[in-house]
Amino acid sequence: MAKKANFETPAMRPYPTIPIIKEGVMKGDGPFFAKPDMQEALGYPIELVDNWQQVALDKMGELLTKYRSLRVYLDTCVKCGSCTDKCHYFIGTNDPKNMPVARQDLLRQVYRRYFTFAGKWFPKLVGAKDLTREVLDDWYNYYHQCSQCRRCSVFCPYGIDTAEISMAAREILDVVGIGQKYCNEIIAKVYKIGNNLGLPEPALRNTLEGLEEDIEDETGVKVRLPLDVEGAEILLITPSADFFAEPHIDGLIGYAKVFHEVGASWTLSSYASEAANFGMFIGSYENMRQISLRIHDAAKKLKVKRIIFGECGHAWRVAYSFLNTLAGPFDFLDKRYPVPQHICEYTYDLIQKGALKLNKAANDDMRITFHDSCNVARGSSMGNMPGGQFIIPREVIKACCNNFYDMAPDTIHDETFCCGGGGGLLTDDLMELRVKGVLPRMEALQQVVDDHGVTHLAAICAICKTQFAKILPYYGFEMDQIISIHQLVSNAIELTNVESTDEK
Amino acid sequence: MEFWTVFYAVSFYFATFILISGVVYKIYQYAKTPAPLKVPTMPAPLTSSGVVVRILMEVILFKSLFRSNKWIWLFAMMFHGALWIVLLRHVRYFVVEPGLIIDLIQPFGKYGSFIMLFGLLGLFMRRIFVERIRYISSPSDYLMLILLIAIGISGILVSFVTRTDIIQFKAFMLSVVCFQWQHFQLPEYQIPIDAMLLFHLAAVMLLMIIFPISKLLHAPGIFFSPGRNQIDNSREKRHIAPWAVKKFETQQKGN
Repeated sequence: MAKKANFETPAMRPYPTIPIIKEGVMKGDGPFFAKPDMQEALGYPIELVDNWQQVALDKMGELLTKYRSLRVYLDTCVKCGSCTDKCHYFIGTNDPKNMPVARQDLLRQVYRRYFTFAGKWFPKLVGAKDLTREVLDDWYNYYHQCSQCRRCSVFCPYGIDTAEISMAAREILDVVGIGQKYCNEIIAKVYKIGNNLGLPEPALRNTLEGLEEDIEDETGVKVRLPLDVEGAEILLITPSADFFAEPHIDGLIGYAKVFHEVGASWTLSSYASEAANFGMFIGSYENMRQISLRIHDAAKKLKVKRIIFGECGHAWRVAYSFLNTLAGPFDFLDKRYPVPQHICEYTYDLIQKGALKLNKAANDDMRITFHDSCNVARGSSMGNMPGGQFIIPREVIKACCNNFYDMAPDTIHDETFCCGGGGGLLTDDLMELRVKGVLPRMEALQQVVDDHGVTHLAAICAICKTQFAKILPYYGFEMDQIISIHQLVSNAIELTNVESTDEK
Repeated sequence: MEFWTVFYAVSFYFATFILISGVVYKIYQYAKTPAPLKVPTMPAPLTSSGVVVRILMEVILFKSLFRSNKWIWLFAMMFHGALWIVLLRHVRYFVVEPGLIIDLIQPFGKYGSFIMLFGLLGLFMRRIFVERIRYISSPSDYLMLILLIAIGISGILVSFVTRTDIIQFKAFMLSVVCFQWQHFQLPEYQIPIDAMLLFHLAAVMLLMIIFPISKLLHAPGIFFSPGRNQIDNSREKRHIAPWAVKKFETQQKGN
């Protein structure tokens, strides 16, 4: 049964066609604005400043000198049209401003007008436009319809990445005083409490103790979920959704069982109890760095030797690609391990070594496919091999179950479709966009359901998991058909280490 | 000294100056602007030689475009591929002894111009008839193609129809290239007065002038695209921009 809504869930297409454009169908006011206190916490003006035009142009000029990506990407697009049918939001909504190049052009038209010779002297000829209130509103609306998934950049002959442009645009919007509520509220919470969900230390400790009891009830083994243990070897940084959202929490149980089984000494941190870094979504180097530094500081304070990240897509991109830049150097950690590592890398290594006893039959009630999360696929890697981010999660899945089927080749690996909720769009005020944007992923899922009887979609991203749990019912699936990879590990693992690994 | 000879000689210097100084400036600007974060489109090469291969695959074979859209790839490949051969063929007008390779390439360049034109027309048709591409096109996008098509057609006409006195043109061009302005006093060094040739040259010079202020910057730009030219080694090697270092330092002092 498809869920009811005040908009129509797009119909699945019998075969992929390029949508006909429908101008203005997603025009609107965009997501909710950030409230003054959230803006203040991040160091932005609390409302649209009077001279916003000048402020925006100054900021754009500053970013152009700071980011080569922005400068080169705004200059080099030849409007070849290669990217026009690649964005899931365009496929799902038909709004032409959701074509990557058109989305870039919202910023490019202003860049040309104020920063290029041709646009200054021949604006009409080159499609340059003044920065009017209408343009600013379009920025707010359409740059919050981009999940920064980078699929367009795969297909651009110059590698133009709309994510870079939309990050710059969001930073400009923040600086003129119109931030997005969802992102900025969450970042403010991280600064105040330590995680996106605003879960304070006592509550977190409580939750973890409850989970320990649950695991013991179920398995009879005392698997621990240690918090703030000084001197532990491994610091696990995981998205706070793992602490209580479904199906995330089953993934967390999986990590704990893996650590327990090999007798690893590990800990979570209440100070850095969040893997996700929403600073990236708003394109703010400064905020991204502040959030990253919490991880650095927690690692130092807890005197750990390794940092491992839980299943979280954007977190892993920031961790893999930016953490060393933003919060490095990490020379106080054990140099034998990459900093940081992904939990899938860790589990994969153990599987390779034969250190885990996995009973594949435990997952025989499921037929599984894997959703490559966009920021893992196109923004990071795993292992020390190109494409490790595709190989390792699949190998972990295959080691834990008998029935694995990949979706169509043009919807996986680096051509994967975003879940529709990434990049700071996982908010109820963007529900229509989220439901429509997931269309191509749902079509690919439907195909493996039809062809192979797939029952479950595994993912390694907190946003993907939450998004799918919410939108699967719109397409006639059940919300619990989305699972964590480490949930499969958790089901399959045979705990032979019955001693509790209590920390000293 | 004829008016057109002087006009075209001066224009040629001007266009060359704009092209070179403009492109050099843009390259300087791209090179100088730091890339503060590692943002290659993954999976990315693990080594710098891998990056060279990746860029060459893009520049020579248009690999990403091929993955994306076979029609655009085909027309773009026809246009760019033939353009290179046509350009190489033209080298013989600018040097005294062009050498064996340029000699051998002549017939290919001559007929390659038709392939180039066909590719351009294909791209033009797509811009007009494919709704999505029409939506993203500005007047300049059409005009750019029209200019290139005009260059192609006039070049073909000069070569096959009006049959310009190419010996005399070469004499003129060499004098320009070698700064032998005293030659312009003599009749055999004048630019041939052939309307089609003059049009062809004017269009080419216009293209040279437009180059550094237009989307033609995609040519140098691709080499600077962080999405394509960065190495996947962020965990092994700390990558940091000078402005970020400066910022961190001042913050630490402030603390």
